[in-house]
Amino acid sequence: MNIGWYLAVSALVFCTGAAGVLTRRSPLVILLCLELMLNAANLALIAFSRMWGNGDGQIFAIIVMVVAACEVCIGLGLVVAIFRRRLPIDVDEMRELHG
Amino acid sequence: MSPTTAAWLALACPLAGTIVNALGFRTLKGRLPGVVGTAALAAAFVFAVIAFVQLQGNGEEHRQLVSSLYDYAVVGTIDAKLSILVDPLSVLMMLVVTGVSTLIHVYSFGYMSGDRGYTRFFAYLNFFVFSMLLLVLAANFFLLIVGWAFVGAASYLLISFWYRRTTATSAGIKAFVINVVGDIGLTLGTFFILKHSGTLDFLGTFAQAKEIGATAHGDLTAGLILLLVGAFAKSAQIPFHTWLPDAMEGPTPVSALIHAATMVTAGVYLIARMHPLFEQSVAAADVGTIIGAVTLVVAATIGLVVTDLKRVIAYSTMSQIGYMIMAVSGGAYVAGLFHLMTHAFFKALLFMAAGSLISAMGGDQSLDRMRGFRKAMPFTFACFVIGGLALSGVPPFSGFFSKDEILLVMGERGGWHWVLYVAGYLAALMTAVYTWRMIFRAFWGEPVEQARELEHGHLWHAPQPTNPANGEVEDTDVGFPGPEHHVAEQSGPMKIAMGTLAILATVGGVVLIPKVTTWLDTFLEPTFKDSTLTPTIQGSDSLLVIGLIVGTVLGVLGIAIAYRIWGMTNGEIAVAARERVPALHRLFVNKWYFDELIGWLVVKPLGWFGRFGQQTFERVFVNGTLVGGTSGVVRAGSAAVRALQSGFLRAYAALLLVGAGVVILYFLLQS
Repeated sequence: MNIGWYLAVSALVFCTGAAGVLTRRSPLVILLCLELMLNAANLALIAFSRMWGNGDGQIFAIIVMVVAACEVCIGLGLVVAIFRRRLPIDVDEMRELHG
Repeated sequence: MSPTTAAWLALACPLAGTIVNALGFRTLKGRLPGVVGTAALAAAFVFAVIAFVQLQGNGEEHRQLVSSLYDYAVVGTIDAKLSILVDPLSVLMMLVVTGVSTLIHVYSFGYMSGDRGYTRFFAYLNFFVFSMLLLVLAANFFLLIVGWAFVGAASYLLISFWYRRTTATSAGIKAFVINVVGDIGLTLGTFFILKHSGTLDFLGTFAQAKEIGATAHGDLTAGLILLLVGAFAKSAQIPFHTWLPDAMEGPTPVSALIHAATMVTAGVYLIARMHPLFEQSVAAADVGTIIGAVTLVVAATIGLVVTDLKRVIAYSTMSQIGYMIMAVSGGAYVAGLFHLMTHAFFKALLFMAAGSLISAMGGDQSLDRMRGFRKAMPFTFACFVIGGLALSGVPPFSGFFSKDEILLVMGERGGWHWVLYVAGYLAALMTAVYTWRMIFRAFWGEPVEQARELEHGHLWHAPQPTNPANGEVEDTDVGFPGPEHHVAEQSGPMKIAMGTLAILATVGGVVLIPKVTTWLDTFLEPTFKDSTLTPTIQGSDSLLVIGLIVGTVLGVLGIAIAYRIWGMTNGEIAVAARERVPALHRLFVNKWYFDELIGWLVVKPLGWFGRFGQQTFERVFVNGTLVGGTSGVVRAGSAAVRALQSGFLRAYAALLLVGAGVVILYFLLQS
């Protein structure tokens, strides 16, 4: 199968994720959309890996998954902490660190 | 002991004295600092004599010894060594410096005993002599500059010794600034010479003097004129002389030290030391002779009208140094150094006698208020007369022989040097007049209150502390002769110092009496043996006889004039003369307006420049454009970046995406 199809799917998923990150206000959904973007990247990596016939891309994909899992751990931890303190769960409201 | 070892030890003694007095100022009590300082100098004198005797023991060719303690720095061919040159010239200077300084220390021992800064005074005094010895013993330009700058620093410390007096501190600053100008001249001149000789060593440079003169004549002349700037600043020659009369603010022994043995003779020594170079550049040597002669006459005219006792002697020093500078620049090396030596004797004597008068007056220095001290102070009077006779060049006193020797050489050189010859005799007449004006005004006539008190054995004390320079009442006792102060007349050590100098001033001339003795000539021979100028100056007997007669006549005539004006009457003739030519009198009283001229040419423009820098340049350009501009740029940039930092998470993400998109687009377009 032509690699173009894989990349097309990957781009579609990536854009969906990116659009989600940019438009949604709930941190949980933003985290989900981030996962989508990372998976899109993983898909492209694996497709390229298959095309060249070596396993490097697959290893990278696994590492990305690990990193994503770690990220989500921290992200979810933060979200739960904010929720516990009854703060509004809205990324636009949480901007005390601006310059 | 070899001559160089003795010279090193002579150098070490005053340094040790400085260190002991400086560190032990809390523990040394009473007269002990004076004992330490004087003993250090006496030891230095003993070592100088040993060096002299040992050097005489060496053969004619082995009288230029260089001894190096260690290499300070060796860069390429430049050798900055801590080394001294022991030859007849430096040994002569060593003897004069340590000998006269020892006597001045003995004098200070009593004179300063009532002063609170007794220890500090001796520490400074020892440091001064150490610096001067370093200067005269230096074997290379490097050490010469070090000694040169040390002497300037020491003079600053001593002139502003009474640091609570504004007049004294400003005089110290003036001396220091002018001396630094001289230091700059000396250093730059050294660079010019170093550029062509490639070595800092004196003997190495002199060996190449002829080649430098032939290949780089312009540079050599420029370098030597810069060296002359240094010499003029130290030796108080026009136009760098204005600090010297102001330096009279220091204690009297300091004046004696600056004027007789150290400081002002440095310029004469420098030119004599550099004679192989000066002989290669006639222009530079002529500058020296002319400035010397001009200073000689100008200072003598000012000496005729100044009413401050110490300032009269100060102008006299300037004038006498003019003789020496003229001599050593004009090829009369031995004569110049001879005059340096005799001048050290009689000028130190005059200052000591003046100090005696001043302490009897309770610190007052004005001739207008002194009269009739002849009976009250016979010893001081005798010293003053001997010094005065030597200064005015009356035979057989020492000043007679040394001054006439200089003028003889000038006359023998012929040509335009005749102008200097005539100027020299003109100034000799004025010298006799102003010297005896001083003596007649202070010692003749109706005794003043202070003199009458002293005749009855009491010492006069001013009712309250005042600054003798401007009469200001002072709230401290700094520089004020307290109840325990002495008159040199009545104090043993001071009397010994004055007596010794009086003998030296009388008989000092014997070392070089024309046609009779040639001791100084033969002694200095090894230093000046390579001189090309000296052999060309032929001694003519007729000129010698004329010189001796004219010198004697002028000296006696000057004394007679002074006696007619100030001895017989109370100076009415002088007042009448002043009224006849008021313009000339104003010119002399205002010191030929040199202070004003320098103020107008140098101080004012520099002051204006400084104010412009501070008020206009700094405020507008530095604070406005440089500092304000830079911070403005940073502030504007940060404001733009701050606006981006909104805190909206999704805006950051969008920026990230856009950025990544741009990067990817760039790579796509590249491939």
